[in-house]
Amino acid sequence: MISIDNKLYIRDIDTYIDPFFPVERAIITHGHADHARAGHKHVLCTPETSEIMKIRYGENCASSFQTIKYGHSVKIGKISVTLYPAAHILGSAQVLLETPKHRIVVTGDYKTILDRHLDPFEVVPCDLLITEATFGLPIFKFNKPEMEIVRLLDNISKNKENTFLIGAYSLGKAQRIIWLLREAGFSDDIFVHGSMDKLCDFYQSKGIRLGTLRKATLDNKKDFKGKIIVAPPSALKDRWSRRFENITRCYASGWMQVKQRAKQSQIEIPLVISDHSDWNELTNTIKQTGAEKVWITHGREDALKYWCEKNGIQAEPLSLQHRDETSEL
Amino acid sequence: MKAFSNLLSDLILTSSRNRKLSLLEQYFSSTPDPDRGYALAALTSSLSFKNIKASFFKDLIKEKQDEHLFDLSYDYVGDLAETISLLWDQEKGGNMPRLSSLFENLKKAKNDELKNHIINILNISTADQRWAFIKLFTGGLRIGVSSRLVKQALANYGNVDLEEIEKIWHGLHLPYTNMFSWLENTGGKPKISIYDIFHPMMLAHPLVMEKDLATANPKDFVAEYKWDGIRVQIVSHSEGCRLYSRTGDEVSKSFPEIIKTIQGNFVLDGELLAGINNEPKTFNDLQQRLNKKAPSEKFIQKNPCFIKIYDVLFFNGEDLRDKTLIERKKVLNSYFSKNRSPMSLSETIEFKDWRFLDKIRDISDKQIHEGVMIKSVSSPYIAGRPRGKWFKWKRNPKNVDAIIMYAQRGHGKRSSFYSDYTFGVFNKEKELVPIGKAYSGFTDEELNRLDKFVRSKTINRFGPVREVEKTLVVEIAFDEMSLSNRHKSGIALRFPRFKRIRWDKPTNEVETLDQIRKNFLE
Repeated sequence: MISIDNKLYIRDIDTYIDPFFPVERAIITHGHADHARAGHKHVLCTPETSEIMKIRYGENCASSFQTIKYGHSVKIGKISVTLYPAAHILGSAQVLLETPKHRIVVTGDYKTILDRHLDPFEVVPCDLLITEATFGLPIFKFNKPEMEIVRLLDNISKNKENTFLIGAYSLGKAQRIIWLLREAGFSDDIFVHGSMDKLCDFYQSKGIRLGTLRKATLDNKKDFKGKIIVAPPSALKDRWSRRFENITRCYASGWMQVKQRAKQSQIEIPLVISDHSDWNELTNTIKQTGAEKVWITHGREDALKYWCEKNGIQAEPLSLQHRDETSEL
Repeated sequence: MKAFSNLLSDLILTSSRNRKLSLLEQYFSSTPDPDRGYALAALTSSLSFKNIKASFFKDLIKEKQDEHLFDLSYDYVGDLAETISLLWDQEKGGNMPRLSSLFENLKKAKNDELKNHIINILNISTADQRWAFIKLFTGGLRIGVSSRLVKQALANYGNVDLEEIEKIWHGLHLPYTNMFSWLENTGGKPKISIYDIFHPMMLAHPLVMEKDLATANPKDFVAEYKWDGIRVQIVSHSEGCRLYSRTGDEVSKSFPEIIKTIQGNFVLDGELLAGINNEPKTFNDLQQRLNKKAPSEKFIQKNPCFIKIYDVLFFNGEDLRDKTLIERKKVLNSYFSKNRSPMSLSETIEFKDWRFLDKIRDISDKQIHEGVMIKSVSSPYIAGRPRGKWFKWKRNPKNVDAIIMYAQRGHGKRSSFYSDYTFGVFNKEKELVPIGKAYSGFTDEELNRLDKFVRSKTINRFGPVREVEKTLVVEIAFDEMSLSNRHKSGIALRFPRFKRIRWDKPTNEVETLDQIRKNFLE
């Protein structure tokens, strides 16, 4: 048996997965701030995640990086570690910990629907599945993101006087939205907030075509009529956004499924586009892995725990700190 | 139905008043009769459908979805229509019927057909359409659009004054075809008898002393008591008398002895109170009567009621609403020179300066008035809440410290926050007993902090209710305290709300139940 505790610490090999504090050895599932922190000694992750961490935290954010590609393994002590695509953002991985008798999968954040700019999610059979549950309620059933983009473009074509400010997290979501817009044939320049241009360059360098991006600076105020600006959600309410006139606020997130949520945040065009699994994806994945036991790291764990138990699967919530519903990434 | 559900979806996400108005106008101009009339009724909460209630939809979804998962979802979303619309799996596409036929078909459907009919509609609709559809039946659309705003959109659409619409509103009926043709200049203004309808009341603004009285001359105002009953409108003519509440609901049936006795040809505005011979009792006494829809003779004799008259809108067929308050008062004075029981004139308070009134409003030996009303002598009777004409100057609230015990999520805009709080004080046995529930009085920032407190200090869960550590003291403001055998504490507070959150106050400094009862009830 591999011994892993509720902080995702694997004692046999003195290694943490996605720790919140600096440690000797860490396996990092993906580059979002609530999973990847600076200051660890040895980091094991995918090549993309290591590049993202260096872009965000600097070249020296860890003493050493060891990278492995999807599907490749390294042996640490008696445990073999393999990374599999999680289709959450570029470089995001599930972690398989394996001995000849025991298999544990830590999903990190993931989605299973096809997202053509990322490697597709793979189901990894296991005994213990440690899953997220950000959208772990049956009300979360996401439509095709392409439909949401069509709705947005339709709105833009009808309101050419307005400036469309889209809230999307700087890493992953922003690039996915821009990519979806390009796939839908939107060829106009897209303006981006200063916090995301390096990450956009990084995505482009990996062959993900985002088209012509410009910084959303005030050089020419009138430039923004009928245009799309992508900014992190926090900037939507910030003074930063007041520089633009006639703003229509949009927000790309799974939370936008609930109208009352959108209304609370004064979002006029909610785009229900999520990089996390919805209810059906979560429950299907649990079934498909064949896991006998499920641990739920963070999210709406009550409902998922209940579902597991009803389906004869043991389930335990871990309620990992620092990952609550307000930090949907 | 498609257009209507799009309209609702757009409205709920629009914060600008002007954009809401233009969305509504667009809808009225592009939607044919009678559908737009049905939509108008829905938007102004005038659409009633007795057979289908919220519980009907709850039962339906529980047949399809695990009950516990439904509860967790509802708790999270905070809106029944939205929860069900998201949980329902769309099974087949199909054409949604138009709003009017949808409604009429449901109305005609026999009880045993109704369920299948509704299931069919839920199956063929999209999540947004389901949401709009369920909203129609579960009361209150809660989309941030008031009836008044909808009427303003109508006024803009027909280029008429909002007042003109307000004045005939209660005489109009589904599907409002005559009104739309008037607004579109293809028909005349609908003719409505003044005795057939409720006339929207004139309401007062809360007085802000520094702002409203700084430059005001007492001579330009009349003062009277703000009686603590329910505001009513009396519509009387040769064929009988009707009583309406402030919102235009007819309440005649609960007060048969009053409408039988009143005779004359007029529309009056007054306050319905418990008591006899012009001696009002407390609101609690009136509550007994309000709870009974069809009171027995004996019950009426035990709980008599009467009406204090504030104002007159029509008298012997003449519309007095454009006259000044002084002129209207003259009409009332001469009418009430005779005994008109069960009606009497609400007396005016003689006063020379504001300070005097300030004292009067706080005299609280009897709980029969809530403060004073101050009305401009030149004010016409204007429906709604016009600025600068009438003011209510309520008694200063009373305050009590209490300890937060339970919390529950709010609904609508606040669905993600624990915003409904039960608070209590210690009784003789040193046991904490609840004395009330409050939902308001805090800022958004304070709500955030309260919400965090609840989430981190939860010690127990009962369904959607969380029991919290009994460590947080709040100062509660309330209007009145009364004895009540419905609560374990034996007291009930009227209109409790947060005044201050005492993050630093220790709970042992909170006054006990006995002390509180002494302070406020003896």
